[in-house]
Amino acid sequence: MSTAAEVELAPTRPSGLKRALARARGNPTTLAGAIITLLIVAGAVLAPWIAPFDPTEQNIIDRLQSPGGDYLLGTDQFGRDVFSRLLYGARISLVVSLGAIAAAMVTGGTIGMVSGYIGGRFDLITMQVMDVLLSFPSLILGLMVVALLGPELENLVIAIALTAIAPFARIARAPTLVLKERAFIEAGRAMGFSHLRILFAHILPNILSEVLVMGSLWMATAVRVEASLSFIGLGVKPPTATWGGMTRDGFENILDAPWLAVFPGLAILLLVLGLNMIGDGLRDATDPKLRNE
Amino acid sequence: MSDTLLEVRGLRKHFHPKRRVTVRAVEDVSFSIRRGEAFGLVGESGCGKSTAARALLRLIEPDAGSVRFGGADVLTARGASLKAIRRRMQIVFQDPYSSLDPRQSIGGALTEPMRVHGIAEGRDARRRAGALLEEVGLPPAALDRYPHEFSGGQRQRIGIARALALEPELIVADEPVSALDVSVQAQVLLLLEDLRRRRGLAFLFVSHDLSVVRWFCERVAVMYLGRIVEEGPVARVLNAPLHPYAAMLRDAYPVPDPAHRAALPRIIGEIPSAAAPPPGCPFHPRCVHAMPRCSTEPPALLAKDDGAVACHLHG
Amino acid sequence: MLGFVLRRLLAALPTLFAVLTLVFVIVRIVPGDPALVILGDQATPEAAAAVRARLGTDQPLWRQYIAFLGAAATGDFGSSMVTNRPILAEVSAVLPHTVDLTAASMVIGIVIGIPAGIWAALHRNRAIDVAARLLSLLGLSFPVFVSGIYLLLLFALHWRWFPVISNADLDDPLDRLHKVLLPAVALGLTMAAYITRVTRGAMLASLSEDYIRTARAKGVPWRRVVWVHGLRNASIPIVTVVGLYVGILIGNSVLTEIVFNRPGLGKVIVGALNQRDYTMLQGLMVIYCFLIVVVNLITDLLYGVIDPRVKQT
Repeated sequence: MSTAAEVELAPTRPSGLKRALARARGNPTTLAGAIITLLIVAGAVLAPWIAPFDPTEQNIIDRLQSPGGDYLLGTDQFGRDVFSRLLYGARISLVVSLGAIAAAMVTGGTIGMVSGYIGGRFDLITMQVMDVLLSFPSLILGLMVVALLGPELENLVIAIALTAIAPFARIARAPTLVLKERAFIEAGRAMGFSHLRILFAHILPNILSEVLVMGSLWMATAVRVEASLSFIGLGVKPPTATWGGMTRDGFENILDAPWLAVFPGLAILLLVLGLNMIGDGLRDATDPKLRNE
Repeated sequence: MSDTLLEVRGLRKHFHPKRRVTVRAVEDVSFSIRRGEAFGLVGESGCGKSTAARALLRLIEPDAGSVRFGGADVLTARGASLKAIRRRMQIVFQDPYSSLDPRQSIGGALTEPMRVHGIAEGRDARRRAGALLEEVGLPPAALDRYPHEFSGGQRQRIGIARALALEPELIVADEPVSALDVSVQAQVLLLLEDLRRRRGLAFLFVSHDLSVVRWFCERVAVMYLGRIVEEGPVARVLNAPLHPYAAMLRDAYPVPDPAHRAALPRIIGEIPSAAAPPPGCPFHPRCVHAMPRCSTEPPALLAKDDGAVACHLHG
Repeated sequence: MLGFVLRRLLAALPTLFAVLTLVFVIVRIVPGDPALVILGDQATPEAAAAVRARLGTDQPLWRQYIAFLGAAATGDFGSSMVTNRPILAEVSAVLPHTVDLTAASMVIGIVIGIPAGIWAALHRNRAIDVAARLLSLLGLSFPVFVSGIYLLLLFALHWRWFPVISNADLDDPLDRLHKVLLPAVALGLTMAAYITRVTRGAMLASLSEDYIRTARAKGVPWRRVVWVHGLRNASIPIVTVVGLYVGILIGNSVLTEIVFNRPGLGKVIVGALNQRDYTMLQGLMVIYCFLIVVVNLITDLLYGVIDPRVKQT
């Protein structure tokens, strides 16, 4: 008997993530967000070449200059160029938030995935701990941790990462709970695969897109928390330019030079908005409920 | 070498969905399968047949009983010895849509078990994977495709190819065609039958579909509420059952020839919950032949002619 | 209902215990000796030992932990290491200001957010919906101190409708209201944006359910369908978000209080940070924990009011 009758194959279709990305590209909000974000990233990367002045060089004669003229966005109370400081400040915002989100994604994602996979009482306790962490306002938690560890760049990363671990644990755990009941995980066990192999070769690739979308959404929060901490005075120490710190300096001179608070505030707003727009579009594109519209 | 490949004795698996609730999914299951034999396990949904199949594969840990496979003790095996046993018995699942990793190419799915068990690697593994695909009736070009590009029937063929990748002696087929279109069911059954004959494979064929089991299997066991109530050659058990439950199952099945249709049997009630099974014979509340002793004394599975039956009528 | 409340109260205890433990651990893992922080590096060993004895940091960890839990259980949150005043007194002196602020911003968030979300859901994918979505995305992106500074510049410095320093006289309700308004808008804006999004999503989900179609089919007026049937079933996610957001409001009030120069918990925290007031920080964290556990409890109880099924579980 011939069972080897050729079965015809359907033409190749792109995978889920690729389709989601294609859909997100067609979304004007996402596109606008991507453009805003890319401009800021480009400014940060190219800061040494495009900044007209040294961001930390003081020039008392030219202090508190209005925008326009020699200084595009004016100067601060030490006569430093606001535009140049904004370009360099973007670096701190991006590096701290990227570092924090990457760290939170790896630790939180692993905790959630492993906890969901193991299940039972272990899972229950882990998630209880995560809930406690989640119910703490991220600003207060970040503030305490930086206050106790000291306002260094790496401590900021740790503090902000700590505030984001719980949501990543949750987002990684939920699909893991569904996946581990799927037959292909059982098939892996029946074929003698180790738990590590099942976790990292079979569950991880299937939850990655959700964790990444979450990452893009939380990038925005991380930027905001970093700026808030700097505003309170717990950011990277002066004279390094940070957007939150610049806003604080501007706020203290708000009667003499309102632009000093307006421009860095606007920069923070734009970056957070850009990231939120990207994350929003990505989430819509990967949300299965919105797919068949 | 003994003729028996798999021997299951007194298998039991209870679940505890809540505190103080015990679901007796598998209460006491014993059967054996010879080399190259197709053994059917039938029963209504919820009778514990899939749980029993998973427990003997150690996909869930059974609470009691013994499982011997080709002389090896399955339930006490750990680490490398368990891995070695797993290589020799594989499973094909009911749902072809969830049985393949959506992010893994077909080639990856077929070569990964070979790599894990040190059977083949690299180009050699890929060549073997291509041959497996041809054996199940798919073109080798499918190696670089992903599961979502295939139909249900094609995926089921891939699932079968993956089970064959480790060259097992026994395949546990858990409702392998129930989720497929009727037109595709026959093709997949023919493929399984062909593989069985060509490779000398033994099958544990779990199904609720009596006609499929009748066609595919040589021996069959009927399960009810976690216990085997009757066991024997497929033709005898399904044509002339001894146990009233097996008879009920047979009579509930539509017969294609109107001339042979019997009056539909009276079916009393529904399957009791496995969380609160009735005392005595689990079938007695629905049984038309129930006697006083049926509600107090559980009947043992006793050898009878060429099979076994657990019923006081045949004690 | 009483049984339900008691069960929830009991269930909140382990959470509280876990949060307290977290605070204790965070404060202890930090390097550095608080005694030296108070006295400076040049402290004599005898003086440092005396301070350690006063703070209890010379005791073994487990004893500190038990003392800490015991004190928290009796409502004793310790004293400031700098001013020596009890933390509870410091906090209760300013707490009304913070409560005013968070309550007012919550009201603003709900009053703007829920109608806007329903409105957007009813005009799905039309101009109003798109505008609501974009505006809420914008609102969501405003760091609280930036919106605060912008509002301050416009309404207090440019138009002079509101005071620059919002330090209200607690005995004068009108003054309290006047001075809380601008900070509350700054703080409530993000919450309004968030509630708009959640309400929109929840309403869309709830309006697509079968019972809504049934209600319409049997002739219930559309307005009633939306506000009674739709909103009731959309309210669980909304309450969840509001509850979750109260914690964020309390956190963000720190920033608002700085910008608007209001007394409050945030000011106390920043003061403690600047003075490295170690015991004060720990006490404040414990108080925050209590506040958050209480808010979670209220959220839980609200679930029971909205959805009778919750009470049975």
